Amino acid sequence: MSLDPKSLKYTTTHEWIYLEDGPGGAKTATVGVSDFAIQALTDLVHVELPEVGRKLQVGKPLGEVESVKAVSDLYSPVDGEVIAVNQALILPDPKTKSVNFDVLTDDPYGTGWLVKIRVTGGQSELLDYETYKKQCEELE
Amino acid sequence: MDPTLLRTPLFDWHVAQGARMVDFAGWAMPVQYTSIIEEHTATRNAVAITDISHMGRLRFEGPGAAVFLAELLTRRVADMELGQIRYSLVTNDRGGILDDVLVGYYHDSYGQPFYVVVVNASNRQKIVDWIHAHLPQERAEIPGREVIFTDLSRLWAMFAIQGPKSVDVLQPLMNVDLQWMRYYRGTRVQLLHPGAQRQGGIISRTGYTGEDGFELSVGTEIAPAIWQAIIEQGKPLGLVPCGLGARDTLRLEAGMPLYGHELSEKIQPFEAGLGFACHLVGYDFPGRDALLQIQKAPLRRVRVGLEMCGQRVPRQGYPILLDGQQVGEVTSGTFSPTLKKPIAMGFVAPEAAKPGIELKVDLRGRAEPAHVLELPFYQRDRRRV
Repeated sequence: MSLDPKSLKYTTTHEWIYLEDGPGGAKTATVGVSDFAIQALTDLVHVELPEVGRKLQVGKPLGEVESVKAVSDLYSPVDGEVIAVNQALILPDPKTKSVNFDVLTDDPYGTGWLVKIRVTGGQSELLDYETYKKQCEELE
Repeated sequence: MDPTLLRTPLFDWHVAQGARMVDFAGWAMPVQYTSIIEEHTATRNAVAITDISHMGRLRFEGPGAAVFLAELLTRRVADMELGQIRYSLVTNDRGGILDDVLVGYYHDSYGQPFYVVVVNASNRQKIVDWIHAHLPQERAEIPGREVIFTDLSRLWAMFAIQGPKSVDVLQPLMNVDLQWMRYYRGTRVQLLHPGAQRQGGIISRTGYTGEDGFELSVGTEIAPAIWQAIIEQGKPLGLVPCGLGARDTLRLEAGMPLYGHELSEKIQPFEAGLGFACHLVGYDFPGRDALLQIQKAPLRRVRVGLEMCGQRVPRQGYPILLDGQQVGEVTSGTFSPTLKKPIAMGFVAPEAAKPGIELKVDLRGRAEPAHVLELPFYQRDRRRV
């Protein structure tokens, strides 16, 4: 099920983040790329994601999104450890032998999520939906 | 959009279509309308139209035009027949590449012959200045050898209609038989459309996509009507407008060099694989003596095609490695929509240039395997054209 974009927090670098209580009192963060960023990229050809277990630092690259025209870094919005990676963005479709990025373009707040992180420390300054939307409108 | 950017006659149309507009060599140009991959695929499988009115078009006429161009361009000009087009370079005195151009030989409606040299938008001013430096008034006005030079760039629009269905789209609008026009030929044409207001144009079987196709020049005032007529004619055949983004992926698959990437003043024609465009006996053009010397020496580096084994895309400036040592640099890279793999062109030391050899490309700190492929990456079925 897709998350409501209005309920999410955003980074200035276009990642969205959804925080929930995880096991053992630690928070779990689900991270994705905003619809605005996906629309701006178009023609996705590759998503580079970290392996499960990798330690992430707030504001440091966690992966990259590559389109025909350009590559963009993805930044971790929190300190933490990767506990899950969206396999749909990594594993090629057995029929076409290439990864289908439709989940990312069609459902960026649901099946197009990137990683789940067990939050161990601080988080970057996050924007609410309205503030993020305003930032995007200024970029248009 | 920066209001100081130059606009083609199709600017309003591009904006109305929701195209993503970018600054390209000082022009506001559409980089894509929908998706680069869709526009690319339409060109390979059906037909697409691209506004290339930003290209520089320079006209030369008069009894001295042929010799003047022969003494400016690396390729022979004086022996060209009417209707013929040639790819050529303009080199500086050291043999460095100032631009790559197409020179065509046509005649106007009064039967007067003239040449058109098509130059890159990014190099237009540089080449115009270069021409003025080599064509002072006393040179242009030698009795019996006069040369009249006109920059047509702002007076003419230019469209590229590219793809296997380009003949079908254009034929109803033209009074010449396009099917039998040969590749690298062109002619003056009457446009059979009320919007043309009885004006003519120039059509050539040329392009920058590796696909069959044409390039059409028409006056700016009739350009929107003719563009619209081609769109209407092409729609049932799958025609889409194609931006500069797909133009770049198409030319890269076709192994065609792009100025600022595979061509520059620091790159010599032979290492770029463009020796065929240099005719070193005959007319003396700037750089000829230097090129004669360079030709005798072994190549410093070679332009190659690379295919990546992984999915990450090489970009301009990335180092190319052989056994951990840098042997060259990527000049252009993209994801090939046809091969469904990242591809690149670059320059490497000759020992690293053999097809099949395993190299690595340093992709932002991670060396990833690639192998050398013979260019082009893509070649159309050329049984017909």
